[in-house]
Amino acid sequence: MRAAVLGLTVGLLSTTAMAQVIYPLNRAEILAGSKFDLKVEFAGVVDANKVKVTVNGRDHADALGRAATLTAREDGKDQSSITLRDVVLDTPGDYAVVATDGDHSASVKWTVYAAPAARRAKNVILMIGDGMTMANVTAARILFGGIHEGRYGRTLQMDTLPMMATVGTSGTDSIVTDSANSASAYNTGHKSAANALGVYGSRAAGTLDHPKVETLGEIVKRRLNMAVGIVTNTEIQDATPAAVFAHTRRRSDYIPITGQMLAFAPDVTMGGGSASFLPQATPGSRRRDQTDMIAAYKAAGYTFAEDAAGLAASADPKTTKLLGLFSLGNMDGALDRFYLKKGNVPRFPNQPDLTEQVASALQVLERNPNGFYLMIESGLIDKYSHVLDAERSHYDTILLDRTVKVVMDWMGDRNDTLLIVVPDHTHAMGIFGTVDDEKKAEQGRDRVGTYAEAREPNYDPADARGYPPNVNVSRRLMTGYGATPDYYETFGPSMDGPRVPAVRNGPNGPFVANDKYNVPGAVLRTGNLPHDAQQDVHTADDALLRATGPGSEVFHGFIDNTTVFRGMAEALGLGRP
Amino acid sequence: MAVLRRRALLAGLAILPALPAQAASLKFADLYSSWGVTGLKFSPAALALAGADTTMVGFMAPPIKAMADFFVLTREPLSMCPFCSSDAEWPPDIVVAYLAHDAQPTAPNEVIEVTGRLELGSWTDPNSGFVSQARLRKARVRFV
Repeated sequence: MRAAVLGLTVGLLSTTAMAQVIYPLNRAEILAGSKFDLKVEFAGVVDANKVKVTVNGRDHADALGRAATLTAREDGKDQSSITLRDVVLDTPGDYAVVATDGDHSASVKWTVYAAPAARRAKNVILMIGDGMTMANVTAARILFGGIHEGRYGRTLQMDTLPMMATVGTSGTDSIVTDSANSASAYNTGHKSAANALGVYGSRAAGTLDHPKVETLGEIVKRRLNMAVGIVTNTEIQDATPAAVFAHTRRRSDYIPITGQMLAFAPDVTMGGGSASFLPQATPGSRRRDQTDMIAAYKAAGYTFAEDAAGLAASADPKTTKLLGLFSLGNMDGALDRFYLKKGNVPRFPNQPDLTEQVASALQVLERNPNGFYLMIESGLIDKYSHVLDAERSHYDTILLDRTVKVVMDWMGDRNDTLLIVVPDHTHAMGIFGTVDDEKKAEQGRDRVGTYAEAREPNYDPADARGYPPNVNVSRRLMTGYGATPDYYETFGPSMDGPRVPAVRNGPNGPFVANDKYNVPGAVLRTGNLPHDAQQDVHTADDALLRATGPGSEVFHGFIDNTTVFRGMAEALGLGRP
Repeated sequence: MAVLRRRALLAGLAILPALPAQAASLKFADLYSSWGVTGLKFSPAALALAGADTTMVGFMAPPIKAMADFFVLTREPLSMCPFCSSDAEWPPDIVVAYLAHDAQPTAPNEVIEVTGRLELGSWTDPNSGFVSQARLRKARVRFV
């Protein structure tokens, strides 16, 4: 009886572990002509003769052209499943899928859509400010343009984009997304679970065995022979860049992701993360084999750049495949690279700026006459917010904005490129005043000015790069975070490298405030996160998308993150016969 | 922590007679002389000490598994290095210390001094599969 009830309610409990589940999940929106894996998970071992899966009332083998494979004991457990890889639905419309094992049944509805009109955009550029929150944007505008008597001195480049929408970012398993399933939604049009890239989070034990969905990068290469570029300042295997091509349940599968990337063969790949390319015997390697992935790329025809000077190769008209790796791990942010020389800058002093990476990528990508899809990420906005390092996060928001300018200068008055600038999620961050060292208060909190006391900050005008050269001025922005571990608030920037707010107390102990920041004037803030949290966390708050170019008019009001994919696919005329 | 103190002390006593009176010290900053996208290079100072008794100061990382016969010595407390990687992978410049006896972990922020025979080059621990580039063999631990 209980099982029968489960079967009946599966539509509502679609991700419950013991329920009968169909992937893609209920309410999936699927681009016509794109590939996806169909998987049905049964709660127990089923009788193959009684299993029946129908699509709009027809047997699935008839409706989909091939029969799914039954696995009697998935992962050696008392649970059966059926899988059909690389399903393609070419005809738009509503699809009802029903799966039964003879006793229990489950059903889902999918919407298959196609672009309403022929291709309008030759190129699509998706720029992601990882974790970029409204406070980042406001702070970047103040730091970049100044503010006086309530008016900004200049607006940001991204402020000029005409179309705007708020984006819901929640995943299939949680209201709060991470960068993996969030970027995966942008790149596939399917929502998924935290940590998943290009797959639904099913019950499969192996991280590479989950039902896959095709990415925009794969679709435009396969269907339109377009070029694809991936440019970031994090490790290239990190969630946001990997979402362009990867299929794994676990975003930290850096070694498999590195292999999947070469198989996907992006025309341009730039970022950090060379550790996952080096053979095991090389100090600095993260691999567990002797494969030299840089050599493998070169053998596949890639030009390799390992510092800013190496990007000059992009000017060579013969360069159509470029791999740029500029650090073993994540690259460094603007504040450290340009001004403070902290972090890993002394070890990797010749890292290019994201603006240079993108200029170089555009040069290479536009050699493909069929157009390109370029994903650009300013990824450290998020990583700095995680460690409550608001100033570095703000500087890398300016970095994103200066990169938007490079892109828009390249776009000029051509009207063939859809540009989207969007965070993948947000943080609980806000600017609530300024800290004024002229107030001779002993404690930092008594130097904070709010409301009428929140006087304009006294940063010097931004330099030619777009940043105030000195971040540590006497009257500076006060940015706060709302979801934190215990930490010491110092009311000023961290000048000796990225902040480390909390440290573990004892081998398995809770995270406690890092005593390093217990400096004169600092105040201990008791956290509101579980004791095993060492960092700030993402929020479920909407993200703000901006866009311009052909196809951008779909971005207004509130949209789900899957609509970002749909907007790009429609601008490219995908899904049409 | 107390367990490790005793065991490290015992391990040290057990092998002390075979060791020279003074071990050369090697700073983490001097282990590698160059960092690059295509890898790190051992410094001439480190290469000169290979095979010799060497003392390094750092932090004990959380154990790979309970009661392992080695631990990872890091330049900074591991929780202090969130930028080494987005997924808390090991920093590139770790040193693996093999003790004569099993060890219990210390507090991650406690500075320790480890003395042992320096061994350089890629090596995979047969029991755990852990790969290291630099090791201190027959190591003794002292709390600084």
